Amino acid sequence: MKRIAVLLLAALALALAGVVWADSALLINGAGATFPYPIYSKWFDEYHKTNGAAQINYQSVGSGAGIKQVTEGTVDFGATDGPMNDDQLKAYKDKHGSAILHFPTVLGAVVPTYNIPGVTTPLNFTPDALVGIFLGRISKWNDPVIANANKGVNLPANDIVVIHRSDGSGTTYIWTDYFSKVSADWKDKVGKGTSVNWPVGLGGKGNENVTGLVKQTPNAIGYVELIYAVQNKIPYGAVKNAVGEFVTADLASVSAAAAAASTTMPDDFRVSITNAKGKGVYPISSFTWLLIPQKFTDASKRDAIKGFVTWMLADGQNYAENLSYAKLPKEVVAKELTALNKIQ
Amino acid sequence: MATTTTIVPSAGPVVGSRSFLSRLREGDEIARIITFLFAASVVLITLLLVFELWQGSVLPRHKFGFNFFRTSVWDPIFDQFGALPFIYGTLVTALVSLLIAVPLGIGAAIFLAELAPPRISDTLEFFIDLLAAVPSVIYGLLGVFVVIPLMREYIQPALKNTLGFLPFFQGPMYGMGFLTAGIVLAIMVTPYIISVSREVLLSVPRDQREAALSLGSTHWESTWKVVVPFARAGIMGSIFLALARALGETMAVTMVIGNAPVISASLFSPGYSIAAIIANELTEATSNLHYQSLIELGLVLFLLTFILNGLARLLIVATTQRGGGMGNA
Repeated sequence: MKRIAVLLLAALALALAGVVWADSALLINGAGATFPYPIYSKWFDEYHKTNGAAQINYQSVGSGAGIKQVTEGTVDFGATDGPMNDDQLKAYKDKHGSAILHFPTVLGAVVPTYNIPGVTTPLNFTPDALVGIFLGRISKWNDPVIANANKGVNLPANDIVVIHRSDGSGTTYIWTDYFSKVSADWKDKVGKGTSVNWPVGLGGKGNENVTGLVKQTPNAIGYVELIYAVQNKIPYGAVKNAVGEFVTADLASVSAAAAAASTTMPDDFRVSITNAKGKGVYPISSFTWLLIPQKFTDASKRDAIKGFVTWMLADGQNYAENLSYAKLPKEVVAKELTALNKIQ
Repeated sequence: MATTTTIVPSAGPVVGSRSFLSRLREGDEIARIITFLFAASVVLITLLLVFELWQGSVLPRHKFGFNFFRTSVWDPIFDQFGALPFIYGTLVTALVSLLIAVPLGIGAAIFLAELAPPRISDTLEFFIDLLAAVPSVIYGLLGVFVVIPLMREYIQPALKNTLGFLPFFQGPMYGMGFLTAGIVLAIMVTPYIISVSREVLLSVPRDQREAALSLGSTHWESTWKVVVPFARAGIMGSIFLALARALGETMAVTMVIGNAPVISASLFSPGYSIAAIIANELTEATSNLHYQSLIELGLVLFLLTFILNGLARLLIVATTQRGGGMGNA
């Protein structure tokens, strides 16, 4: 009996060692944003299949945690939905002596979703209406600010129930970043961030909880990522953009936002494209970024990550639209390929 | 502890005459050291936990001091952090859950232990243990898809119509809030109370019941006046186990409480709990002050559990002295 147990243990140890050995070829760890997780996991899987060598592990722990972990050096690269601010860049530089670089990967959008009994036509939202609702100043659906943009829709005189994300998230960052741009009031009172002090409303955890609450609460309004709304077939409204058109979010209108912003893209790629000017632009769109250290001590890791980014900017982009993310504009891709040379 | 005090007197002279080395060789000393280390690790882990939470919350402790407990603004953008709504939400939801779960749980335990035929009792016990083992996110889903709509459509309007004059049942009815969180928590902790209380009731010696019956009391009198008081300490223990779970529950609460840092007497109002906000914001906390304020909330939750547990011990001591029946248990 004892002998069998020993043999079994030995076999188990060998098997485990085998697994560890097989994986130890080249393992790269990344952590961060949850919003692009579906496409990132697809990319890392496909890249491993086509290139064999490097295995990339990605934990979708949230943008904040991604920034924290890459700054502490516990992962090889990070990912975030909101660009790092100057303090965070400085903190990284102080700790590592070199910079960290932003690389946009794909684009996404955030859409207003609602549930008004009896209303089936898609609604139009002006920035004033959205900000007013989320500030608590507009409390009824038939408020003139909403009704004027929706002539012919019979809006009820019911109280609006605001539902926001309770967990810190890139989705909230994009939503509040847009609000801060279109309303000075919002900027002063609430501001932009992954978690904010909401003036009104109830919090739901994650896109799925927000959707669930909006679906089952009459007269509710919330916001979710575009891919989430598309995949779950949730109705969502159009938003008035900077040139005065009501635009519904889709791949074309999100790409248009990127194209409008790409001419003024700064060298470090830290740009917010919410409320971008241009025709056909959906105003609540955003890039999502990889955070890659400029200096690597391990040359094989550096080459693997550079290899991955190069692949992602070319072949990888073709996976984006199937998963409802918008591709990067050509100008941005070209600019990123140049920036990739900065990594040593 | 009990074993050492009973063994040492009889083994005393032998222990004295043996050298440390021989005791070591025979294994007694090794067993003693190893088990001591295991026991000590519990204390060590607790201390380490407090130390880590204390160390990790330097910034907000210095910046806000005692105001952290008194203010109710939680604003990560403008760096204002106050814990009051979260402490309030944690306590209120736990209280509501106990108000529902304690009578329900003890009643069920009495039925299972004293009145039900053993076969039914054992079968039900199996299901109750199963309920106790269900992951909390499942209860959260149950809350979102079943309890919240029920609350909004039926229970809250009914409460408002009948008891609406009380401040607890006023205001808009979203379905989410303190009451819903309390009810979902009650569903979660009732199995603990039933399971532990049933075991305790079953372990009450047979002669206690027989003595009561032979003195002419009815079955119910022997149960309620003799068996239940005898098992009081154990039943209390089950309630505090439930309380601890209710205080620390995260996932199910955050899915149904509404996640708004509000202090309101109305149980219909959305609220927030300490465990819920830590789970919600820790991963995306980008500023150090925000991150450390969440750690300090963890410390507050720890202290809250500690204080309530201490009060619980006091209560047990007080009641057992008054009851006197637990002297030999």
